[in-house]
Amino acid sequence: MNSIRPSRRASRPLPPLQLLALALAGLGAAASASAAEQVTLYTTREAGLIQPLLAAFTAQTQISVNTVFVKDGLLERVKAEGARSPADVLMTVDIGNLLDLVDGGATQPVKSAALESAIPASLRGADGQWFSLSLRARVLYADKGMKLASFAYEDLANPRYKSKVCIRAGQHPYNTALVSAMIAHDGAAATEQWLRGVKANLARKAAGGDRDVARDILGGICDVGLANSYYVGQMKNAKEGTDARKWGDAIQVIRPTFAKTKGTHVNVSGASLARHAPNPANAVKLLEFLVSEPAQALYAGANYEYPVRQGVALDPVIAASIGQLVPDPLPLTEIARHRKQASALVDKVGFDQ
Amino acid sequence: MSARWAGPAGLALWAPGPQTVGPAWRAATLLIAVGVLAPLASLLWLALQGDPSHWQHLADYVLPRAMRDTALLLAGVGLLVLLIGTGCAWLVSSCDFPGRSVLHWALLLPLAMPTYIVAFAYLDLLHPIGPVQGAIRWALGYASPREFRLPDLRSLPGAIFVLGFVLYPYVYLTARAMFMTQPAHLLEAARTLGATRSGAFFRVALPLARPALAVGLALALLETLNDIGASEFLGVNTLTVAVYTTWITRSDLAGAAQIAGVMLLAVVGLLLLERHGRRHQRFGSVQRMRAMQPHRLRGAAAWAATACASAPVAIGFAAPALYLLWEAGKRLQSGAGVSAALVASLGNTLALASGVTVATLAAGLVVAWGARALRAGAGWRPGVGAARVSVLGYAVPGTVLAIGLLTPALALDNAIADALGLRHLPLMGAGIVLVVACSIRFLAMPVGGIEAGLARIPPALEQAARLLGETTGGTLRRVHLPLLAPALATSALLVFVDAMKELPATLLLRPPNFDTLATWLYAEAARGTYEEGAVAALGIVLAGLLPVLLLARTQLGDTGTPGRAA
Repeated sequence: MNSIRPSRRASRPLPPLQLLALALAGLGAAASASAAEQVTLYTTREAGLIQPLLAAFTAQTQISVNTVFVKDGLLERVKAEGARSPADVLMTVDIGNLLDLVDGGATQPVKSAALESAIPASLRGADGQWFSLSLRARVLYADKGMKLASFAYEDLANPRYKSKVCIRAGQHPYNTALVSAMIAHDGAAATEQWLRGVKANLARKAAGGDRDVARDILGGICDVGLANSYYVGQMKNAKEGTDARKWGDAIQVIRPTFAKTKGTHVNVSGASLARHAPNPANAVKLLEFLVSEPAQALYAGANYEYPVRQGVALDPVIAASIGQLVPDPLPLTEIARHRKQASALVDKVGFDQ
Repeated sequence: MSARWAGPAGLALWAPGPQTVGPAWRAATLLIAVGVLAPLASLLWLALQGDPSHWQHLADYVLPRAMRDTALLLAGVGLLVLLIGTGCAWLVSSCDFPGRSVLHWALLLPLAMPTYIVAFAYLDLLHPIGPVQGAIRWALGYASPREFRLPDLRSLPGAIFVLGFVLYPYVYLTARAMFMTQPAHLLEAARTLGATRSGAFFRVALPLARPALAVGLALALLETLNDIGASEFLGVNTLTVAVYTTWITRSDLAGAAQIAGVMLLAVVGLLLLERHGRRHQRFGSVQRMRAMQPHRLRGAAAWAATACASAPVAIGFAAPALYLLWEAGKRLQSGAGVSAALVASLGNTLALASGVTVATLAAGLVVAWGARALRAGAGWRPGVGAARVSVLGYAVPGTVLAIGLLTPALALDNAIADALGLRHLPLMGAGIVLVVACSIRFLAMPVGGIEAGLARIPPALEQAARLLGETTGGTLRRVHLPLLAPALATSALLVFVDAMKELPATLLLRPPNFDTLATWLYAEAARGTYEEGAVAALGIVLAGLLPVLLLARTQLGDTGTPGRAA
C-alpha cells in the first residue's frame, strides 16, 4: 500500500501570499472560522500515515480535518495556546508521550460507549483521558540464513551475538519503553546488566532508524536487531525492485518474548480529547471513527499496525511473517512509570556512545 | 561629536552629532533586542524552575562524553571549513586555472543543501550495499559485504566529513569577498620586501581577512552546534542531543533549558573572546584600490588546482544532488508524480523565506545602523548592546528557541485576542509567530553582514554628508544604502536560503495545514520512507540554487573578476 499518495492537507491551506502579506503587514486577522463543520488534529504522528483514515472520516461525516504535524513540543504548544487553542484531538505514539499529555493537563475525559466497547480496558485510561488506537510490537529482525525458532529479549545480551546486533538509539522512545518494561519485570540492576550486554554486542553505533536494522543486515553489518513490527509490512509489501523491498526480503522476523511472561513488548499509538477543544462533539466523532471497523482495517492494511479492536484482519504479510500477538501482560502505565529510570540507565551504560 | 546615554529614564540627554539616531530608531532597536531576548528570558525562567538534581546524573554519565564529542566535532568541522573555505577562496582569487570561472561560484553550491539531506545521502551512498562500496568490492573481487566493507559513516569522523563539506561555503563566501577587495598594493609591497607568495598570503592576506573568516567560521560552527538532524542520523551525541534527550525522553523541559542555557553561555563567551581578540583592529580601506590579479598556473599545477577546487563542490553538492535526482527520478517513474500539495508546500516555503528575509533585513538594518556609532567613538551603548544581542537567536538550537518563544509569543497573542474579542489566536493562526521565530533565528546574518559593510564605509563620507546639511536618515538613504547594496543582497540571500531549509521552528510553530518542503521531507523521513522524500528534498535544493547563484553574482561578480563588492 505504499502507493497511497493522499491529496493531503488539501483542506483549506493558508494561501502563501496571504501568509506573506499578513507577516509583512504585521496584521493578524486570519479568519479561521468558516461555516463548515471541522475538527483540528494536533499529531506527533506523521500526518501522511493517518491521512487515508482522515479522508475516510471526512467522506463519511462531511467534517473536514485540519492537521498540524508537530514533532516535539506538542504539549508545550497546546499549553501555551491555552483556552484559545484550536486543537480538538491530540494524537501521539508511545504510552509515555500519551500520559505526558494527560499529566500536563492538556486533555479532558471522554465518556463514549463506542470507544469503551471497541478498546479493551487495558488500552485506555480508566477516566477516559486517553485511548489507544493501534498497537505495534518490538520484534526481532534476523538474517534470513539464521535458524531461530524463538527468541527472548534477554538473549540480545548473549555473548553469542557479539558484534552482531544493530539497534537505533537507546534514547529513542521505542527503546526506552522496552527498557522500562524490562525494569518492571526484572528490576533496575538486572536491566543494567542486560543493557551492558547488548551494548557489548553492538555491531555499530546505536543510531539511525528501525529500517536501518534490515538494511544493515542486508549490508552484512549485523545479523539481528530490534525494530517495530509495522516496518516489516512497509518493506515486505514494497514494490519489487525497490530498496525497501530488498531490505525487507533480507530478513526473517521473530516475535521475541520476555523470559518471565512469555509476552511480546507492545507499545501504542493513541489520542485524547484536547482540554479546550472548540469542537468537542466532532472530536469525539473522530475518535469513535478511528476505532470503527473500517478505520481499524485501514490501520492494519495501510499502516501494517495491529488493530486495538477485536476481530479486524491483519495485513496478510504481517500475519504471515509475524502473526498474532501475545502481548506482554504488563500494564502500559507501568511502562510509562519507569521511563525516566530507563532513560537514565541508557545514559549510565553509555549505550549511544 | 559624542552622544551619550545619560540621566534617568526618560531624561536621556543627547548631544547632537552626526552619529546619533532618532528616538523612533532607538525604540525600534530596543524592541528588536527585546524580541530576541524574550525567548531566551523565557528559557532562563524555565531553567530556574527546574530541579537541579539531574546535574549529578549528567555530570556522571552524559556531559563528559557529550562535551568531548561536541568539542571534537566543532574542532574538526572548524578546521575543515577553514581549510576548504579559505584555501579555495585564495586559490580562486590568486590563481588562474581551467574551470576557475565556474568554480568561483560553484563553490557556493553546498549552501543549497540542508545538512540532514547530505547526511542521509551519504549514509545511502557509502552503505555497504550502496554504489561506492559495491564498486570497490567488484573491483577487488569480493562477492558480499560480509567479506569486505569500509568503516561505518556513523561516527564522529563521518559527521565531521559531512558537516565540513556542507558548511565550508560560509567561510569561502566571506573569505573570497575579502580577498577580491583586498588592495593588490599591500600584497605587492610584501612581495617587493622579499615575502614569498605563500608568505604574502600567511602574513598579509590572511590576517587582513580575519574578521571575514571569523564571521564565516562562527556561522558554520553555530550551525554545527545546533544541528540535530545530521547528528541524529550519524549517531554523534552532542550537547544538543543531550538537550533533546532530557526534554523528550525524560520529559524534563526545565532541565533541557538548563543545559541549553549553559551552552548559550559558552557560545557567548567564545564570540566575546573573538571580538576581544581584535578589539583594537580596524579593517576599513579608504578607497577602492586595484584588486589583485590572479596568477596564471600552467601544466600539472593548473590541473591540480582544478582538482582541488572541484573536490569540495563534488563532495558537498554534486554527489548528493545527483543522488537525489536519481532517487526522485525513480520515484517519479514509479508513477507517483508531484502532488498538488507538494506544489503548495513549495509556495509556502517561498512565502515563509521571503517574509523572514524582509523582516530580518529590516531589523538588521535598524540594529546595525543603531550600533555603528561605536566605531566612530560615539557609542550609543544600548544600540551596540542590541547588535550583540541580536546574534543570540542563532546560538540556540531551533527547537529550543521556538519553545522559548512559545510562552511570550502566545501570551501576547492571547492578549491581542482579548483586546479584540477574538476567539482564535491571530498571530499563531496566521503564521506570524513562525515568521518571527525564524527572523530571530537568522537575524545574526544581516546584522553581521551589514555591520561588516558599514565598517568598510569610511566615516569621512558620513561626516561630509552631514556637514553639507544632510540629515541622518538622508545620509543613510543617499550615502550608505547604495554602498551597502552588496552587503544587503548577500545577507538577504543567505537568510533566504537558510529560511528555506529551516525545519525545527517550522515544525513547532506552523498553523494548521501549513507544510513547507522541509516539513514535508521530514514527515516522509519520520515514517521511515526517506526515498519518498527525495522529490521534496530535490525541491529544497533546486529552490535554494537560484538564491545561491544570485549570491555568487552579487558577492563575487559574474566571471571571477573582482566585482562590485564594496
